[in-house]
Amino acid sequence: MLDLINVSYDTQIPNNVGLSSDKKVLKALERWHPGYINWWNDLIPQNFQESMVYLRTAVSVDPKGWAKFDYVKMPEYRWGVLLAPQVEDRRIPMGEHAGELAWQEVPGEYRNMLKRLIVIQGDTEPGSVEQQRFLGLTAPSLYDMRNLFQVNVEEGRHLWAMVYLLFKYFGKDGREEADDLLRRSSGSDEAPRMLGAFNEETPDWLSFFMFTYFTDRDGKMQLESLAQSGFDPLSRTCRFMLTEEAHHMFVGETGVGRTIQATCDAMKKAGITDPYNINKIRDLGVIDLPTIQKKLNLHYTLSLDLFGQEVSTNAANAFNSGIKGRYMETRIDDDHKLQDATYTVRTVKNGLIVAEEVPALTAINMRLRDDYVRDAAGGVGRWNKLIEKSGIDFELTLPHEAFHRQIGVFAAIKADPEGNIISNDEWAKRRDEWLPSKADGDYIQSLMKPCYEPGQYASWISPPKVGIDNKPGDFEYVKLHMA
Amino acid sequence: MNKPIKQHLIDPEICIRCYTCEMTCPVEAIVHNDDNVVVDADKCNFCMDCIPVCPTGSIDEWRVVAEPYSVDEQFDWMELPEQQDLGASEADTGMEALDDAMAQLLADAHKGAGGKAKAPATAAKPSINMHTLGKPATAKVQGNYRLTNDPAHDVRHIILDFGGTPMPVLEGQSIGVIPPGTDENGNPHLPRLYSISSPRDGERPNYNNLSLTVKREEMGLCSNYVCDLKQGDEVQVTGPFGATFLMPDDPEARLLMICTGTGSAPMRAFTMRRQRTTGGKSGGMTMFFGARTEKSLPYFGPLKKVPTSLLDQHLVYSREGTKQYVQDVMREEEDKVAELLNDPKTHIYICGLRGMEEGVELAFTNIAESIGQQWTALRDAMREEGRYHVETY
Repeated sequence: MLDLINVSYDTQIPNNVGLSSDKKVLKALERWHPGYINWWNDLIPQNFQESMVYLRTAVSVDPKGWAKFDYVKMPEYRWGVLLAPQVEDRRIPMGEHAGELAWQEVPGEYRNMLKRLIVIQGDTEPGSVEQQRFLGLTAPSLYDMRNLFQVNVEEGRHLWAMVYLLFKYFGKDGREEADDLLRRSSGSDEAPRMLGAFNEETPDWLSFFMFTYFTDRDGKMQLESLAQSGFDPLSRTCRFMLTEEAHHMFVGETGVGRTIQATCDAMKKAGITDPYNINKIRDLGVIDLPTIQKKLNLHYTLSLDLFGQEVSTNAANAFNSGIKGRYMETRIDDDHKLQDATYTVRTVKNGLIVAEEVPALTAINMRLRDDYVRDAAGGVGRWNKLIEKSGIDFELTLPHEAFHRQIGVFAAIKADPEGNIISNDEWAKRRDEWLPSKADGDYIQSLMKPCYEPGQYASWISPPKVGIDNKPGDFEYVKLHMA
Repeated sequence: MNKPIKQHLIDPEICIRCYTCEMTCPVEAIVHNDDNVVVDADKCNFCMDCIPVCPTGSIDEWRVVAEPYSVDEQFDWMELPEQQDLGASEADTGMEALDDAMAQLLADAHKGAGGKAKAPATAAKPSINMHTLGKPATAKVQGNYRLTNDPAHDVRHIILDFGGTPMPVLEGQSIGVIPPGTDENGNPHLPRLYSISSPRDGERPNYNNLSLTVKREEMGLCSNYVCDLKQGDEVQVTGPFGATFLMPDDPEARLLMICTGTGSAPMRAFTMRRQRTTGGKSGGMTMFFGARTEKSLPYFGPLKKVPTSLLDQHLVYSREGTKQYVQDVMREEEDKVAELLNDPKTHIYICGLRGMEEGVELAFTNIAESIGQQWTALRDAMREEGRYHVETY
């Protein structure tokens, strides 16, 4: 167990921000750290806290230093404060300040906007750990358990990263916001997490994989846009966080892919070719492809909601003031100011979904969402390749952006996955065809039995093609502490 | 035909297109289109920065090719091509070097193992042949230290710094040093192979440097050149070479190391690697190290500081004291050696002058007999499992 009294904060916390000579921030972190450890300890079941987990720890930001693998107990994980190296003479890439030197301190007029963005980003990090807290109990393998905990500790580190910014640049109210990040809790009635998707529970592993694929990908897009920020410390923080976020994308994409693979393999072995022969397929102890499509529909649409209103003046302000850019801003070939440009958004007019041109500045959210959809489509294509290779006639698709939405212009209507507007009655009648029903959830839940033997996997998921850190198939990724 | 080259590839079936490698690559050798992320063979300089940052493991793929796959070709791939049959491939056959002359030298050095050498199952993947005779790397001499106190046996510890040039080595690998000047026919001299005596993360941890252990040979063209190097001198280097005489990464593996003279170089590298990684807990290492006298035994001082729990040392002198050879002390320690021979975790390494082979083989034969094993059968089985390694010269 971490010795809280004797933590040497300047050496215990890997950092490249000169923490040992920054007494003020060090002191704030010292005060905050016990609360963080308490939060962590209360969160994850005790026997996992005591287990040795083969984790990747970042100890520096150069390629050689940020992927050190070793066994560690999670509460003793070295959560560091690591910023991507400062780029000399970095310029603000967009908005009215485009071309000016990036800010090393918070510009007064944007203080509140920046703080709010950092707090929202920070709030999602512990939120997802809270949502996933019980998954270890039903891990389909030690490999998957390790991946879960890796995602968890890195979300924890991302919280640290945001808290560091709050301490370093936002004084007293920054410290208060940092405390509130530990006070709010996913699904809580009094103090829920700030964004809806982070208050839904993650009840099973397929949900976890869908969450890491779709919802963490929203996080990736937000980090990508903050990585463009004119506030240089935020940009540098997010750039380094993106390298870790890639691991979460990996867990999601391969997790869903392996679930699909197990289904296809079992169908093939049993001589079943019809993917809709659901009862027969479920008898094999795997998740049928139509149910996987329903889970995809759910998590994809919840994640689209995270991008907010399609047309937004807040987003326009954040862009214009140089706080938040577009995906790959520096690679876009335009004036990066968007004063006269327009952008196509879909909206609902007279009961029809139509495209309209709006000022590009107000459509920043929409554009990021479009980039997200393209990014998310890639993995779906690779999943379909697995199905095709198995000779099964089935294709997973991303539903229409109007389907099952709670936020934005489409929240007002009901639409089917193809994007046809339908009545409330029809929606109620057909909902279970498109989204997981209670029975689907119960079936998936019935498969969630832990599989803790090294090299063994639950029936519904196939082993990975490559081990973590090139480890062999039967590597003991978690040495379980059996109390 | 061109010499085959080694090409870095990404497995499109495992890659998730996160582009982390692309953002990390310092020379912009990694590019992508809507389908694939690929490495441009013309630009990749094998710096390996992309390897640890990949979340999937898809990036650690290599093929030996006569003609590199173009970027456009790779964009169209659904899966990686098989290794082409070029007669021999590093991956399939444990090819030690792509350079014929170097491969020949290593094959000769390894022939004492009695058959085709294999790397330990848990050894890290070696890089080979990054720097060739046509395109050598330049290293700067950081230090040149005398290791022995015996004028007839001048052994040097040479530290070479590679600065920004990638030279990813593993313990047990060798590099080639090109002596300046030309031979009697006016051709440049061929490189001489020297075994690296420092661990993979550098003579000094996380510095891009390595050390060599070189004995001055009378009339030796390259050894005199190397032993006379001064701090700041620049040296032309090829390599790394060698893909079998490597240490297992498994910390539980037990190492039995038998060496004489500068054959201690890889053993030093192994020991330092263990010292830096296992933190005291490991399967252990046992060493029989022979020299003429205490004063001519390289690294005598530093060895005294290595704890027995990490390295069980038997230093053997042929010209002083009881005047023994390594095989004599192996016999004295028969029980210890027999116990090691019986353990499937044991890996044996023999390195030194060719003359030592016969005596050591005989000692093994006798000790194996004492536990009812036939030595050649046991040796062949161990070699097949990547647990028996010989490098003599």
